[in-house]
Amino acid sequence: MKLSAILPARASRAAAAFVMLAMFGAAQTAHAQIGACLITKTETNPFFVKMKQGAQKRAAELGIELNSYAGRIDGDNESQVKAIETCIAGGVKGILITPSNTKAIVPSVQQARDAGILVIALDTPLEPISAADATFATDNFRAGELIGQWARAAMGSEAANARIALLDLDVSQPSVGVLRDQGFMQGFGIDLGDPNKWGDETDPRIVGHDVTAGNEEGGRRAMENLLAIDPRINVVYTINEPAAAGAYEALKSVGRERDVLIVSVDGGCPGVANIKAGVIGATSQQYPLLMASKGIEAIHAWASSGAKPANTPGKDFFDTGVKLVTDRPVAGVESIDTDQGTALCWG
Amino acid sequence: MTDNPQSYRADGDGTGVGTGDGAGAGDGAGAGAGNTVAAAAVHAPAHEPPLWRVRHFFHRHPEAVPLFVLLCSLAGFGLALGGKFFSPFALTLILQQVAVVGIVGAAQTLVILTAGIDLSVGAVMVLSSVVMGQFTFRYGLPPAAAVACGFAVGALCGAVNGFLVARVRLPPFIVTLGMWQIVLATNFLYSANETIRSQDIAAQASLLQFFGGKAQLGGAVFTYGVIAMVALVAGLQYALTRTAWGRHVYAVGDDPQAAQLAGVSARRVLFSVYILAGLICALAGWVLIGRIGSVSPTAGQFANIESITAVVIGGVSLFGGRGSIAGMLFGALIVGVFSLGLRLLGADPQWTYLLIGLLIILAIAADQWIRALAR
Amino acid sequence: MNATVDSVAPVDAAGSVDSTVALMSARGLRKRYGNVTALDDADFELRRGEILAVIGDNGAGKSTLIKILSGAEQPDDGEMQLDGAPARFDSPAAAHAAGVETVYQNLALSPALSIADNLFLGREIRRRGLAGKWLRMLDHREMERQARRKLSDLGLLTIQNIRQTVETLSGGQRQGVAVARATAFGGRIIIMDEPTAALGVKESRRVLRLIRDIKSHGLSVVLVSHNMPHVFEVADRIHIHRLGRRLCVIRPGDYSMDNAVAFMTGAKPAPS
Repeated sequence: MKLSAILPARASRAAAAFVMLAMFGAAQTAHAQIGACLITKTETNPFFVKMKQGAQKRAAELGIELNSYAGRIDGDNESQVKAIETCIAGGVKGILITPSNTKAIVPSVQQARDAGILVIALDTPLEPISAADATFATDNFRAGELIGQWARAAMGSEAANARIALLDLDVSQPSVGVLRDQGFMQGFGIDLGDPNKWGDETDPRIVGHDVTAGNEEGGRRAMENLLAIDPRINVVYTINEPAAAGAYEALKSVGRERDVLIVSVDGGCPGVANIKAGVIGATSQQYPLLMASKGIEAIHAWASSGAKPANTPGKDFFDTGVKLVTDRPVAGVESIDTDQGTALCWG
Repeated sequence: MTDNPQSYRADGDGTGVGTGDGAGAGDGAGAGAGNTVAAAAVHAPAHEPPLWRVRHFFHRHPEAVPLFVLLCSLAGFGLALGGKFFSPFALTLILQQVAVVGIVGAAQTLVILTAGIDLSVGAVMVLSSVVMGQFTFRYGLPPAAAVACGFAVGALCGAVNGFLVARVRLPPFIVTLGMWQIVLATNFLYSANETIRSQDIAAQASLLQFFGGKAQLGGAVFTYGVIAMVALVAGLQYALTRTAWGRHVYAVGDDPQAAQLAGVSARRVLFSVYILAGLICALAGWVLIGRIGSVSPTAGQFANIESITAVVIGGVSLFGGRGSIAGMLFGALIVGVFSLGLRLLGADPQWTYLLIGLLIILAIAADQWIRALAR
Repeated sequence: MNATVDSVAPVDAAGSVDSTVALMSARGLRKRYGNVTALDDADFELRRGEILAVIGDNGAGKSTLIKILSGAEQPDDGEMQLDGAPARFDSPAAAHAAGVETVYQNLALSPALSIADNLFLGREIRRRGLAGKWLRMLDHREMERQARRKLSDLGLLTIQNIRQTVETLSGGQRQGVAVARATAFGGRIIIMDEPTAALGVKESRRVLRLIRDIKSHGLSVVLVSHNMPHVFEVADRIHIHRLGRRLCVIRPGDYSMDNAVAFMTGAKPAPS
């Protein structure tokens, strides 16, 4: 991947700079239509596909001209940098971005803001979070906390003897993975240690952490590895629903699929279907469509009145909400059932 | 001249050209000299230092090095972890975890033996699995027909690679780099990144999950995917060492021009290798469905790198013509043993990558050392 | 020079073969590589049971001629005949099938394969019965047996291990393997491209003797060489190639080496 990206990247950066010069003049005289950019991590993940759909729909309604860009794979910063440069050159009013690399993209974001563009981070906050004008995201810590609380309540008194496996995203510990993981622990009643990283907890109920890359293959392998460490595992936290599906296959292969509680985050349609089928116990559903449409509205407001979006009270970002989806509601944790979840699901 | 009797006796035994010694009788000195030269050269190996013999042994048995490393790492983790690691469950788990990479690695080995490389293996695998799934669920084809279509897609991708490499004579690295992108993009465009759930497959098209089925022997679990991998490697080992086609694969990888001049159609051999690689990737795609239960277009992103890793650690020379498919399997198992062993030790997964990186470099160095003997 | 006369005489006197009839011939061969014309209306004639040397300056088109005769390349124009019948070699394998074998200058051996594997490359022997038919299993034992016999015929039995890879052999031994391969399959014409170029004095002598041996078995040899003493020692006739075509054919008894070199380089006009 990298190999193919390096050369064209240089060339097109030079080209982008050139285009930028050429278009400054043009942008000034262009007609009044508002331009906006949506830059997602990839174009393949249904989460971003849904996000794009939401943005396009709202943009059409508000008469905003929306261009979409995406990295090739999760982590592809280079493409996102190029996309920002192109957007600056295009003279847009606002950029919505789900950053692949939350730190490395910051200088480019700053460049855009310096050019008078409203930059809103969607789904994934930048580091620092103040590097963007606003962040529209799921409260990932809350998402984890909900499934942690649910798992604890669902186990009842057995929660004290739980054997817990945590299937995380990546060894680099991106913030979204850490927040969900730590939120889960908080909800389950585990001492977090340093809440900015996973793996430093000392609770004996934790069997271990392994990474999944957020897909089925990784989920299965990680589950197998942890089962080899302790076959008595009975609670499995997963970073997302594909990883949960992989973990379920591993459990099924050793005949444990019926007596292990799997919880996850996302609320994608296959994930909700898996809850209905009993594969996953509960998931925290997030709303990418809302992130995108709210983002477009914010750009519209910025372009017409110069108003910047406000954060959710008590938080340093705009919380687009999260709901617990399960067919086994427990007391004290608000939830919706899978029929409602299906109506709201994405991808 | 003391060697002459042996040489004459040899000539006398034969019925071919050698009996014509008389033709050169007028040139006695020449004949004697010739015999001495031929005789002197023979003894060379016997007089070489022991190191030469070690090299020569590895040279003739390219899978010996990775086998040795595999046994050492098994012993090492066994000592460190005891019964937790040396359980039938853990050991067969390693097999299950390397099954897909082992199968893709078999395809990769074939291509690398011809001095090529196939960067598209992972993408072809995933596209084949997606075709098997989507043809069943989107078009309602019987699962068996959908599986056949998946194999056809794999063969087609292989044929395109083979055509461009063998016929148009483009470098394999570039051809398969292009195919990788094309196939991956096709995969995402066609599938719309839609995952087909394990439960739906189990209910409606369990044939797709065939390779997830298993045979249990005590604590040991052998999935059909593992059995398929072992059977495939055994079959290819046979084909590569016991059939003319296999000899030709090695000869083409070693020196394509020499093979061509010797009467081997290098083009046909290359073409057959790429098609076979495509078919094997399709098999890997089927096994992948059995492994992860679902059909996921995002699976297998690293299969090409992992397969090349297995091939290199397995002692197959990237310069072609040397190595064995069994070595590749050992290479894949080494990676599997390290991954699971280090996890059981509780090490950060990064250590696995670090050690595998070291192994790759060591393997390449060993390959150079063994090849240096040739000159 | 005596040796040369000796070896010419018996063939001429033998009478059993008509040495004036062309075994392999070519007319008007043309071959271009881009802007370079390698062969320009070249003729060629090899007679039964003779050693025909082909000499020429660098770039005269010798190697192209050899590649076409051995099937490694195809001419743009011109025709070839074998035994008086039109012949066309689309590949080295086709030439092999017609009994034309070539020992290339680089020997065309696969270094990583064993001696036996190299000898039978492209012409492997399969096992009899089901194993060979259905499993396409090779008969390694038979191939090794035949390889050993062939090498012993050539006085190279001293190579003890027939499974040894070719890369472990000396230059002379490799040459021996290449010659063994060329003579092992009943070929009638052996083309040898610079067989002594990479060899020492002793090994060269050995190869020259092999060439005479081959001839004594009634095979015809095309010998391409830069080495005039070697050419004059073994050749019955000498084909002088110049500027992409055959300049003339001489008998080594009729001209001195200096003359041959002069024809070859254009210092002297060709004899009519």
